Amino acid sequence: MAGPLEPLFDVEEMELSFGPQHPATHGVLRVQLRLDGEKIMDAKPIIGYLHRGTEKLFERESFNQCIPHTDRLDYIAAPTNNEGFVLAAEKLLGITVPPRASYIRMILAELGRISSHVLWLATHAIDLGAITPFFYTFRERERILDLFEEYCGARLTLNAMRVGGLPYDLPDGWVERCSELIDSLPKYFDEYETLLTENRIWKKRTIGIGVISAEEAIDYGLTGPPLRGSGVRWDIRKVFPYDRYDEVEFEIPIGENGDTYDRYLVRMEEMRQSVRIIRQCLDRLPDGPVMAKVPKVLRAQEGIVYASVEAPKGELGYMFVTTAKSTQPYRCHIRPPSFINLQALPAMVEGHLVADLVAVIGTLDIVLGEIDR
Amino acid sequence: MTNYIPIVIFTLVAVSFPIITLLIAKVIRAGSPDPVKAEPYECGVAAETTAFDTRFSIRYYLIAVLFVVFDVETIFLFPWAVMFDRLALFGFIEMMVFLAILLAGYVYAWRRGALEWA
Amino acid sequence: MWAEILVIVIKVVVVSSVLLTLVPIMVWVERRGAAMIQDRLGPNRVGPFGLLQPIVDAVKLITKEDLTPSGVKGVDRLLYLLAPSIALVVAISVFIAVPFGFDPGLKLFGHAIDGFIVAPNLNLGILYIFAIASLGVYSVVLAGWASNNKYSLMGGIRASAQMVSYELAMTISVVGVLMVSGSFGLQDVVLHQSGTWFGFIPRWNVFPQIIGAITFIVAAFAETNRLPFDLVEAEAELVVGYHTEYSSMRFAAFFMSEYVNMVTASSLIVILFFGGWTLPGFATPAGWLGALVSIGIFAVKVAFFLWFFVWVRWTLPRFRFDQLMALGWKTMIPLAVLNFLLVGAGMALRNL
Repeated sequence: MAGPLEPLFDVEEMELSFGPQHPATHGVLRVQLRLDGEKIMDAKPIIGYLHRGTEKLFERESFNQCIPHTDRLDYIAAPTNNEGFVLAAEKLLGITVPPRASYIRMILAELGRISSHVLWLATHAIDLGAITPFFYTFRERERILDLFEEYCGARLTLNAMRVGGLPYDLPDGWVERCSELIDSLPKYFDEYETLLTENRIWKKRTIGIGVISAEEAIDYGLTGPPLRGSGVRWDIRKVFPYDRYDEVEFEIPIGENGDTYDRYLVRMEEMRQSVRIIRQCLDRLPDGPVMAKVPKVLRAQEGIVYASVEAPKGELGYMFVTTAKSTQPYRCHIRPPSFINLQALPAMVEGHLVADLVAVIGTLDIVLGEIDR
Repeated sequence: MTNYIPIVIFTLVAVSFPIITLLIAKVIRAGSPDPVKAEPYECGVAAETTAFDTRFSIRYYLIAVLFVVFDVETIFLFPWAVMFDRLALFGFIEMMVFLAILLAGYVYAWRRGALEWA
Repeated sequence: MWAEILVIVIKVVVVSSVLLTLVPIMVWVERRGAAMIQDRLGPNRVGPFGLLQPIVDAVKLITKEDLTPSGVKGVDRLLYLLAPSIALVVAISVFIAVPFGFDPGLKLFGHAIDGFIVAPNLNLGILYIFAIASLGVYSVVLAGWASNNKYSLMGGIRASAQMVSYELAMTISVVGVLMVSGSFGLQDVVLHQSGTWFGFIPRWNVFPQIIGAITFIVAAFAETNRLPFDLVEAEAELVVGYHTEYSSMRFAAFFMSEYVNMVTASSLIVILFFGGWTLPGFATPAGWLGALVSIGIFAVKVAFFLWFFVWVRWTLPRFRFDQLMALGWKTMIPLAVLNFLLVGAGMALRNL
């Protein structure tokens, strides 16, 4: 994989700009390609088309005002973005969250994970030419977004958490409707798997594509399914449990070969595990307040704090540097999983064909809102 | 010759159809040409090199050459196939010999990696 | 003389108009079928069940602005403008040699109809079809080449390699059928398939030549550039491949030619392997009724394969280019050869 590939014939290679306006780059990613026929000799991701200066914006706003900005990072799964931010802020301010709030956060985060993974499956499948799973997954995503809407009025950019807890308690009947939804989900996951898992063309397109070994994956700093697909059992929810993840039971699925097919299987299993987590949370949902007692104006101590969550795409971390009595961070840094995972793209596609580039971009599950910030 | 009259008429219809529709379209379609609109671009960015001055892989030529070789051979199969019942066993064996030669070329091309892509 | 020409003209007009009317119908079937498979509604606003949707689409396409990328000049521009027309002309004119119904010796204006086929006395039959259909690759290659767009160019050269490779497999898979029927004429091929074996198995070529039928159907998918072989377009990789730069009626020409090709391919599958208009245990009545019934049977069979094209498109993912070529050269061709060897061996043994 490493080292330059010698072209078989003396040819002038084709320079091709893949993106930013391309149906398969999941947003405004641009990959500058050097091609020998269909074979990729070199791939260079070019980013920044969606840069909005999110980190800089954080320096001007109070902690709770920052939360809507986090929605726009990984706009496909907003709850984990909110969760990571409020966890970091709570760690900084030393606030303990009431148990009910923690459980509801977990439910929202796992629903977000499912909705993110079904969207990943939809786009990944459509990139590989299977159009129908797209519509099946959107059917389920729609129902999850309906639940979000019912909870906080928004479907995509939720702004659903606050430092110290949650802005609202669950509406009446929400738990029953959520419970009904998650009971029906595994049946739908089976539907997707019927279409893809044993499909020979699907296997041909994914097995052995974009292989990355466990060592390489760790060296690149990959997290989330790209890392677990290579067989590393690493999940922030298990290794550094936050909220109440230590109180629920779930497995961390891992792959063996680190190829696109394994990552597909890992994500499919993760969705089932998310259903399991939500089921446990709903059954144990304690009563009580959803907001801790926090002052009206949040003032931080001087310090540096880092907190991370297992977002659907990998480890999402927020780091704050604060000065004494400041109402906003002096400097904020976000560790977006997509940005770090994207680093592995050139290594994963080198020597493959153009069609595999699409598969690898899909399997990394990047979202440009997070990469460009 | 009369056998070909239908072909001529049908081809005339087939040719006139796109011409007529394109002419109709030409009359009624919107048109506000702009040099910027017609500028070639690649996925939203201006292309540094145009498609006209890029070369592509020689493998495509290889496939084309192989096609020419085998397609001409296949055409020989057609008259044989139609006459097969009358040629009987002799014709069958003869074709086996022909195919064996063809197969040798095919196996050679395969073994030399002409059919491999990546 | 005039009666003869009148008969020919009527045939030409009817066949070409039916062929072109099938395009909007197929577009509708494709979209509604996709919606059905994908658990959604599909077009249902324009007319009953959205039936007028394709017409509205056509009006939209006609009124769209027609763009030629700058830099496409001189001969390139000529090729650019010519390519869509080639696609459509080729797609329509292939249908001349396709018989679509049983003629019990009918007369029109005192002149024999001479079979439900535009060119009845064309003794080349299947050869004519393959020869004309293979011209279709020009439209794709020229469109890709002349667009001055690298994605189009890649689509075009992919097309050149894909379509010629599968043409080979397609041609060879037909050899077995020609051996048993002993004629290039497709009417003879159909007549040979009437009747039954042992009283219940239809004498369709698909039963003894299942390998040939499968290779032919697969090659037909590849030749019409339909999923899982739509690598020429492959919107996820090549944007839309060779017709990326086309708009307005020129795009529509490519679009229509794809559906006309599907109709031709389905007709060929039915004629070569599924008995054409024959139905075992069913004696076609005499006169015009019989002709209409046979055309009806043929239409139903063709409709099934057209639906099959739609069905497959919305079910399967797409192959990768090297896998496609490997399948074509290393699997399809040997299988097609095996098919006619088996047929030949069987026939030679029977004649001993």
